Parts: sequence; C-alpha cells; structure tokens
Amino acid sequence: MALPKVKADATEARLAGLTLPDTVPDARQAALARVSAMGLPHNRDEYWRFTNPRRLVQADAPHAKVPAVQDAPLWDDVDRVKIVFVDGVFDADRSDDPEAAGLEIMQLSDALSTDISWAKDLYGTLETRGQKPVDRPFAALNTAMATEGLAIRATAKAAKPVNLIYDRESEDADPLLHTLIKVDAGAEMTLLETGAGGARFSSVIEIDVGEGGTFHHVRDQGRDHERTVVTHCFAQVASDATFKSFTLSVNGALARNECIIDIRGDDATAHVAGACVGDGKDFHHDDTIFVTHDAVNCESRQVFKKVLRNGATGVFQGKILVKDGAQKTDGYQISQSLMLDDDSQFLAKPELEIYADDVACSHGSTSGAIDETALFYLQSRGVPRKQATDLLTLAFLAESLQEIEDDTLAEALRDRLAGWLERHATV
Amino acid sequence: MLEIKGLKVDLEEEDKSILKGVDLTVEPGKVHAIMGPNGSGKSTLSYVLSGKDGYTVTGGTATLDGVDLLDMEPEERAAAGLFLAFQYPVEIPGVGNMTFLRTAVNAQRKARGQDELSAGDFLKVVREKAKALQIDADMLKRPVNVGFSGGEKKRNEILQMAMLEPKMCILDETDSGLDVDAMKLVADGVNALRGEGRGFLVITHYQRLLDHIKPDVVHIMSDGRIIKSGGPELALEVEHNGYTDIVAEEA
Repeated sequence: MALPKVKADATEARLAGLTLPDTVPDARQAALARVSAMGLPHNRDEYWRFTNPRRLVQADAPHAKVPAVQDAPLWDDVDRVKIVFVDGVFDADRSDDPEAAGLEIMQLSDALSTDISWAKDLYGTLETRGQKPVDRPFAALNTAMATEGLAIRATAKAAKPVNLIYDRESEDADPLLHTLIKVDAGAEMTLLETGAGGARFSSVIEIDVGEGGTFHHVRDQGRDHERTVVTHCFAQVASDATFKSFTLSVNGALARNECIIDIRGDDATAHVAGACVGDGKDFHHDDTIFVTHDAVNCESRQVFKKVLRNGATGVFQGKILVKDGAQKTDGYQISQSLMLDDDSQFLAKPELEIYADDVACSHGSTSGAIDETALFYLQSRGVPRKQATDLLTLAFLAESLQEIEDDTLAEALRDRLAGWLERHATV
Repeated sequence: MLEIKGLKVDLEEEDKSILKGVDLTVEPGKVHAIMGPNGSGKSTLSYVLSGKDGYTVTGGTATLDGVDLLDMEPEERAAAGLFLAFQYPVEIPGVGNMTFLRTAVNAQRKARGQDELSAGDFLKVVREKAKALQIDADMLKRPVNVGFSGGEKKRNEILQMAMLEPKMCILDETDSGLDVDAMKLVADGVNALRGEGRGFLVITHYQRLLDHIKPDVVHIMSDGRIIKSGGPELALEVEHNGYTDIVAEEA
C-alpha cells in the first residue's frame, strides 16, 4: 500500500540524516522497512488524534534550552548503580561499575556485536510484535537506528537497582536509546530512569520477564520545559511473573510515553502507572497504554493521574485487550485529571476489548476541578489557600504513587513533587 | 471577644436575604448557645464568620478582639483565633489525618510568627489529646474523615479544636448524628477546653447538647434575627413548647 505523499516525504526527510548501524543488520533492515511501510504519523491518524506528532517527525530536533535550575539528583540515599548517558551517549567516567548491581550489564553495541544470543534474539522482537494492531513507527525507527543503550540480564535477585541517568547538556541533541532487558525465571530487578535525555529523546525498552520473574521500573522524566520525548516500553510477561512500571513527568513541550504489555503466562501481574504535572500552554503529555491478556487468571492495572493548569494538555489512551480464552482476567484502568483552571484540557480514550466470557474488567476516567469544600475546610483550619491547593494536588496524585512497590523510591518522588509545587509561584 | 453588630447577609447565587441584622456579643470565657428552627440562618452565621464563599455581607460588622473578621481570608480568621467545628466534616482522600493536623497547627503558628512544632513534640501532644477523645492511632493515620463514622468525625473536629487552641470556637450542630455516648464524649472534649478566656458559640436544634455543655446565655434565632436571649432556662422552654410560641410572641 503506497503511503500518501506527504507522509512519505516526511518519513524520508526524517531518515535522511541517519545511517543504518552495522550491528544486527537483519533486524535493522526489517525495522527500516516497517518505518517506510507505515510512514511517520500525522495528527489525522487515529492514534495521534490527540497529540500532534509534528515535533517528533520533523527532520531535526526542536531546539530546547537546558533548564537553568537543575533538580538535585533523585534517590541519592538509595544504594544503586548509576549508569550515565549525556545527551544519549554513555559516559563511563560518571558511571558506576556495573558489576555491583549483581546483573549482567553490557553496552548495547557490545551486546549486539558479540555473540550474545539472547540480546540479538530480543532486539526488535517485542517491538515488531507490538506493531499489531496499532502502528508505532517511532519505535520501529528507534530499532533501525539506535546504537546507544544497554543489554541487562537478571539471572537471580539483583543486589541493587540500576539507575539510568539521562543528563542533558546540548540544546539540539537528538538521541535514540534502545535497551534490552531479560529477567530470567525467578529473577528480580529494579530499573530506575531519571532525566530528560536529550532535546529530543527517543527510547525503546524491550523487557522479557521470565516465569516467576519480577521487574520493577520507576522513571522520573524530570522537570524540563522544552524537551520532546517519545518512549516505548514493550514487555512480555510469563506465568507467575510481575511487571510494574511507574512514570513521573513534570512539564515538557511534548512527551508521548507508550507502554505495550503482553501477558503471555498464567497468574501473571502487570501494573503501569503515571503521575504528571503540566503547567502552561506549551505542555503536552500523552500516556498511551496497550495491555493484552493472553493467559488465564492474570491481573493488570493502569492508574494515571494528571494535574493540569494554565492551558496544559494531558492525553490518555489506554486499552485492555482480553483475548479469547484469557479467563479469570482482572483488568483495571483509571485515568483522572485535576484541572486547576478553565484553560487546560484532558483528552481520554479508555478502551476495553474482551473476547473471554469470565473476566472482571473495569475502567473509569474523570476530569475535575479542585474540591472547593475540601479547600475551605483546610483554610478554615489555618492552612493558606496555596498550601491547601498543593496538599490536595499531592493527595490527588497519591493514588498513582501508591503503585510503586518500594516506599523509599515513592517517598523521594513525593518529596520532589511537594518541592516543585511549593516553589511554584501562586497562580 | 466576638462582636457581631447588625450583620446582614445575602446568598450570592439566589439574591436571597438570610441574615437580617444579627446582634450578638460573646464575652471571653462564656458559652453562648444559638437555637432556632430550620432555615433561621444559624449555619449561615457560622459560615459567614469563618469565611465561606457564596455569601455577600450587605451590612453590619463582625469583629474578634476588635479585629474585623469579614475582611480576612478564612485562614487568616483561623490564625486570629476563630474555629468552626463543622456540621458535616469534610472527607479528604489522600491526606493523612496526622499530616492534616500538623500542617494546620504549623500554618497557624507560622502566621502568628511562632516557630513550627517539631515532629516529635507534635506527636506527643496529639497522642495525649487524641487519647482523651478516644481517637486511636489508626484514626490518626487514616485519610481525613474518610470512612469515619458520624461520631468519629465529630470527635475528630474536637481534636482539631484541642490542637489549634482557638480563642473563639463555633460549634455548628455538633450534636447532629451522635448517639448519647458519643455526645457525652464530644461534650467532655469541649468542656475540657472551657475557661482560659475562651469563647464558645454553640449552634444546636436541641436542648440535650446543652445538658452536657452548659451555656451561660441562650439565643433564639428566627428568620435571620436573634429574637430572644436569656439564661439556660430559655433552652428548656424551647424543649417543652417548641419554637412556635416564642416566634409568635416576638413577632
């Protein structure tokens, strides 16, 4: 099927500056063919109706000033292994010795150029599968072109969390990172990600959680006003395995976070959650989630909370697909926005598609203003209006933060949010 | 202490007059009760004094220790020493009761130029006061008023009052929804705070709360005005004869 000319031209322009790396040529060629066949999206596409992909499609990264005030490092009191990328390039000097994590950690380029079969096998595999039933062209583009990233394998319970730190120094960096994760049967690991990554940052993480394995993921995309980001997490979850992912975003010109979870083994659990705080007309945040249940007696949860003000836009597209035979599925989905003024907008598209007859699935979506009754109650106890608003805002976000398994990690994010709200000038 | 003169208030949205000239003075250390039929304006008076939105003051004044209350934000009135125990305490999911109490206490201390209480000091005080009101550790941990029974909510109001140590307390139908035992517990909590020059304005439909919280002065409110004031015996008169006679008599 021929692409419309406008799409074909845009796709060609985006690809023009890029060369296909040497490693895993078959996977990359195939990914490139997918991109060319799908074409990069425009906002008349159904999947991009609420989010204009223009900033992601344009040939060069939209210029993005580095924030003048950088936040203090997150989770400094958590014993973790730091692996630092600066504008998408691995920085050995700033990174810890990866050995300390009790995991097998390699640079992606090394893993793909040596004979590490699991990494080669996984590369692009979950992404390819995730292209059905919905096209995800930016993920295919990433698979074709990414050279930086990691290959991480957990063979037992990891000693420490791995923290990928994405520092940003350039105003035009346009990196693509691709990370592969394999959690062996019964193994357990926590992946932390912090930072904006680049002026325009593209990340794909493919995660294979083996039988009885546990993968925890907590991500803070930072408070970075001008950056553009597109991320995809593709996970396959085996029987008795657990996958949990949480993302915090504060501001940013455009963020599109897609999470595609494929539950393939019985009795598995998959949770994905997010909190975002958007301030200003230039803020656009999009969570796009697709959870497929293809096994018996599995549980999935999607919990997304967005606080929007001064003309900010929040988008949620979430789907639960329960395949024929996936009986006893327990699927839950909630997306809520708190609008602090009349100018902001929240666009939600919750979807359930169910082909099994013995399941419990529910979804809900709400948009609302701050509760004036609660506000008055707090004020009548002497809490100033601004502080009371912050307290209620944090309370609104709390439900999504509760999805984080580790309290220490969650508490640090809560403190960070409180600090951001406190510093913010009164609206 | 609390001085209300000729207070006239309209409902903002309906352009309807609720208070039609209320005069009331509560002296330091005294307990005044306001009784009156439904719709007489009792709760409106408590809301207007504490600064709730939705009302327009069209005349009169209300001062606390000579300071104009009506010009202040609700939180400023609280810091000045005014406290309203709500008829319907508000549920706040996601905010722990303890966090709520500490935030309130420290916000008021800050507004008065005092140092904030340390977490340790605060905990000591709150535990002691909670115990007297039979509020257990679990109730302190739970989100504010969420899943609390009617009695628990009212006890929680009194705990807030005890922690904030206001000069002037308004109790808006604190007896509503309470059984006899719960009422006694709440009344004991209030009585423990009497004295020290603290003023009370107790709004109620029924005389029975006043058996436990003995008022110095009783006012009868009807149609936005205080139509009769007297001693505790006035409450008994209401209990026996209802409001109709008094209202007819004063009309």
